[in-house]
Amino acid sequence: MAAADARLETVMYDTIIIGAGMSGLAAGIRLAHFDRRVCILERHTAIGGLNSYYRLDGRNYDVGLHAVTNFTPKGTRTGPLARLLRQLRIRWDDFALVPQLGSKIAFPGVALKFNNHFEYFRSEVERHFPREKDGFQRLTETVVDYDDLSEETAAISARAIVEHVIKDRLLVDMLFCPLMFYGGSRENDMDFGQFSIMFRSIFMEGFARPWAGVRVILKHLVRRFKALGGDLRLRAGVQRIETDGDRATQVVLDDGTTLEADRVLSSAGLVETMRLCGSQVPPSPPKTGKLSFVESINVLDCEPREVGCDQAIVFFNDESQFHYRKPDDLVDLRSGVICSPNNFAYSEPLAEGLVRTTALANYDRWRALDDDAYRQAKQECHARMVEIATRHVGDFRDRVVATDTFTPTTIERYTGHAGGAVYGTSRKRFDGVTHLKNLFLCGTDQGFVGIVGAMFSGIAMANRHLLSGTSDSTQPAELAVQDVL
Amino acid sequence: MTSGEIKEVVLDILEGIAPDEDLSGIVDDVPLREQLELDSMDFLDIVMELRKRYRVQIPEDDYVELATMQSTVDYLAPLMKDLQKV
Repeated sequence: MAAADARLETVMYDTIIIGAGMSGLAAGIRLAHFDRRVCILERHTAIGGLNSYYRLDGRNYDVGLHAVTNFTPKGTRTGPLARLLRQLRIRWDDFALVPQLGSKIAFPGVALKFNNHFEYFRSEVERHFPREKDGFQRLTETVVDYDDLSEETAAISARAIVEHVIKDRLLVDMLFCPLMFYGGSRENDMDFGQFSIMFRSIFMEGFARPWAGVRVILKHLVRRFKALGGDLRLRAGVQRIETDGDRATQVVLDDGTTLEADRVLSSAGLVETMRLCGSQVPPSPPKTGKLSFVESINVLDCEPREVGCDQAIVFFNDESQFHYRKPDDLVDLRSGVICSPNNFAYSEPLAEGLVRTTALANYDRWRALDDDAYRQAKQECHARMVEIATRHVGDFRDRVVATDTFTPTTIERYTGHAGGAVYGTSRKRFDGVTHLKNLFLCGTDQGFVGIVGAMFSGIAMANRHLLSGTSDSTQPAELAVQDVL
Repeated sequence: MTSGEIKEVVLDILEGIAPDEDLSGIVDDVPLREQLELDSMDFLDIVMELRKRYRVQIPEDDYVELATMQSTVDYLAPLMKDLQKV
């Protein structure tokens, strides 16, 4: 009944949003709150996109989320979390965020610990790198002063700026390591704008997590969106966006249904959205992001701290230099991230222990494997990642009761992000505009990362492009307010 | 609507925007930006809520009038005097 059933629905939306992830849902809430007719289309049966969850053998697993960055305590009025709560009319308690117990960056011979109090991290840096005390101070001042909206340094190499004030290459690498793993879409460097935003979100604000995981946040967003009258369609993959060369005219679903809207907001990614537009793409098509990951998950029958794993997140690197780039091999196990969702300050423990290890991976290599080779590679990779994790956080091997592993191809299959590139293309579209006047981007390729960043992206793009009177208006009204108040 | 009712409307809008805030101590003649650390996006939301609830249109040039509770109420009074509070 697929193609034969193709039909044009008569309902005309103000905005169609592609993807029910954090950014699409947040944008949808903004639009529905202000009485726009809005529909969110999601290819899968589960919402969340890059930050989702699944059930396997009776257990709940999070994907994407290690921790919510940008955490600030209840009552904080400034910073991205506070701003987004106000924009979405959400109470601080609704996300049920619980702060981390502590994390560290472990490089050969030195470990820098940090928690949600920046002065502690500063003291760690000064203790291990006493000669860099002034340089670190200068760097933090620059990062604090950085204004996300109007900085000329936004697109400058962060490495150039950081290496200018901090001379010890080891410290430079240690500062970059968590930022890259949690949002780096470029190899070995990032824009200073992104560096500043991420430095603040990880070191100056901090990590938190709801006891029940990312679903708490997603379910709250969906409830809110639906209560405001928004349409959410699951199993509604977008096959293509019809255009007249100037504007998006129709959105065609996989089952042939055709929908119309005044404007379209896509969280599918820049490359992916251009593909949906078919041949109507701009002359130099954007490139797929290079960076993808393998994650190995271990469920334990004990609290991870019983085997010595007492950190929320460990960012490790075992080589003299830190390399953040697409590996030649299936996976690069010289560095990575080990996360234990148990190590947050919950009032009651999680049902089971969890240790998740993430490392850089090569999408093309995984893609090229046939089914048998893929299964075997996944098993071998998992075993090696477990072995490396035990060196960093304690030997949990005889407490493992279940495992799962996902690869770049898994990521691509479930998130639709080409090449399994979770942080998207390396050239961001901060203004969210595309070659079509009424098609806009939100999410990873608009430029904000992390869960708070993703929601903020949806909010910012909704405010800028979708709540104004006409679809061709690009003047963000908030800037007008900024000038006078 | 009286000035008192308009103030209630504005407080209700602020309550919606910042549900975690205790608004009982709002001082009428101190900038809202200072008291609640509202940013430009929040002020735009006050404008949009007024439009949504009462069809009151506030031109961009007049946003400056929303600086304090007192200036907001004074500005809105002539625009909302013939409207019923909902």
